[in-house]
Amino acid sequence: MIVTKPRDWARIKANLESIDAKSVFLMGCGQCATVAHTGGEKELAVAKARLEADGYQVTGWAVGEVACHLGGTKLETRKHFGSVDAADAVVVLACGAGVQTVADAVKKPVFPGLESAFLGTVLRSGVYEERCQTCGDCVLDLTAGICPVTTCPKGLLNGPCGGMWNGMCEVQTDRECTHVRIKRRLAEQGRSATRVIPAKDNSVKLKPGSINTRERKGQ
Amino acid sequence: MSRLRDALDRGEFVITGEVAPPHGTDYSAMRASLDTLGPLCHAINITDNQGATLHLSSLAASKAALEAGYEPIFQQTCRDRNRLALQSDLLAAWTLGLENVLMVTGDDPRSGDHTKAKGVFDLDSTQLLAVAKGMNEGVDMNGSELTGATGFLLGGAMFPEAEPWEIQLERAVQKAEAGATFFQTQAVMDTDKLARAVDALAPYGVKLIASILLLKNGRVIDFVNTKLAGMMIPDHIGSRIKGAADPMAEAIALATEQVREIRDIAHGVHVMPLGADDVVERILEGAGL
Ligand code: SF4
Ligand code: SF4
Repeated sequence: MIVTKPRDWARIKANLESIDAKSVFLMGCGQCATVAHTGGEKELAVAKARLEADGYQVTGWAVGEVACHLGGTKLETRKHFGSVDAADAVVVLACGAGVQTVADAVKKPVFPGLESAFLGTVLRSGVYEERCQTCGDCVLDLTAGICPVTTCPKGLLNGPCGGMWNGMCEVQTDRECTHVRIKRRLAEQGRSATRVIPAKDNSVKLKPGSINTRERKGQ
Repeated sequence: MSRLRDALDRGEFVITGEVAPPHGTDYSAMRASLDTLGPLCHAINITDNQGATLHLSSLAASKAALEAGYEPIFQQTCRDRNRLALQSDLLAAWTLGLENVLMVTGDDPRSGDHTKAKGVFDLDSTQLLAVAKGMNEGVDMNGSELTGATGFLLGGAMFPEAEPWEIQLERAVQKAEAGATFFQTQAVMDTDKLARAVDALAPYGVKLIASILLLKNGRVIDFVNTKLAGMMIPDHIGSRIKGAADPMAEAIALATEQVREIRDIAHGVHVMPLGADDVVERILEGAGL
């Protein structure tokens, strides 16, 4: 899931001040931000109280099923049309994609209420780890399901680098070297790792990514 | 013709050293270091933003070393340049007369003086070796023919003491297969492990140049243990220097013993005096070189 973390409150306030906003509509996300405890109903209630304590009027709030779904978010904001319309600004407690989707769905100024951290795994409640940079050219087939692009701090496809010591990573010295983990898991599964992984095709990851499955079906 | 290649081909025991380009435009300190170490060595490594800290480029400094009459080993790290820049620098290096290249990954920017820099690592050191080998054969990384090939002697780094050993060995074999014909090692503390590496790599026809560090005082030892990635000085060596009445004399004695041992095991020695360039001659002479 997309892991988010709270955004510096002073920045959110400065954003609101920059357009002289006095009233705010709050939006969260029923998926990742709810799971990450950053943009679910509970966190929206906290944000509401905080805004009110700072003198803002909160005209309403909504946690849609999934903020980054344009159709669903349009529907959700329409349901709350009155309170959105009454607000000077909308603050979204979701990832950057969610914020942009809301910004497309409403005519009001929209501000991010969270920082988008990474695409990762929930190791246990409240503990997240980055796992994928959506590079578009996945090598997990060769690396025993451990992503070197993301979990090796240098993103090396072939390793370990010269800084590895006793199996541990040079950069994050409290963590095992990704390449040591990869080679161990490959060995445990009886798979050989002698093959050098060729350089990445960065062209598949040129920004902005877009996929249209409808077009493809029509072909 | 590369003197280093020549000596390695002849089976001569080679000596390499290293100097850092300036953090600025004044070459005088590097030049002084070159004038001390250069005459003792077959070739001198010219580091590339070592420790992820800003220095004048290895390309220009290698050329400066060449002009001063010494044979450089142009170091290229994968950290600061993408595949286009790496390749164009390699082409430039060849036209500037640089014949020896050492490919390394490079320390992470987080450990250097520009901690906010983006680490590039578009290629890793194995991939870069393969690219350079291709250039020696007249093609770029895409397989497009070059108007004029390179003819580099290609080297990589290897780490005889970093465990797990099987993984280290597999890495070194990958690098040899990608194009490395010589390796320069991390500083050697345990010559048995060096011998293990030399034996294991013998079938691949690569030459091993083993490094020694001049551990001139306790401060250097602490620095290496805390700051240098992939290096740990064992306690028995640390306490030998720290407990000595004259740590510098003890460090010279230790380095001399190490070079003598390495002479019987590896194909060369790489001397890292950590600033004490003036004692290198004594060490080499003491070891019978
Ligand atoms: S290689 Fe890593 S970053 Fe790329 S798609 Fe696979 S998991 Fe994601
Ligand atoms: S030690 Fe391993 S995980 Fe850490 S940077 Fe080097 S190769 Fe990557």
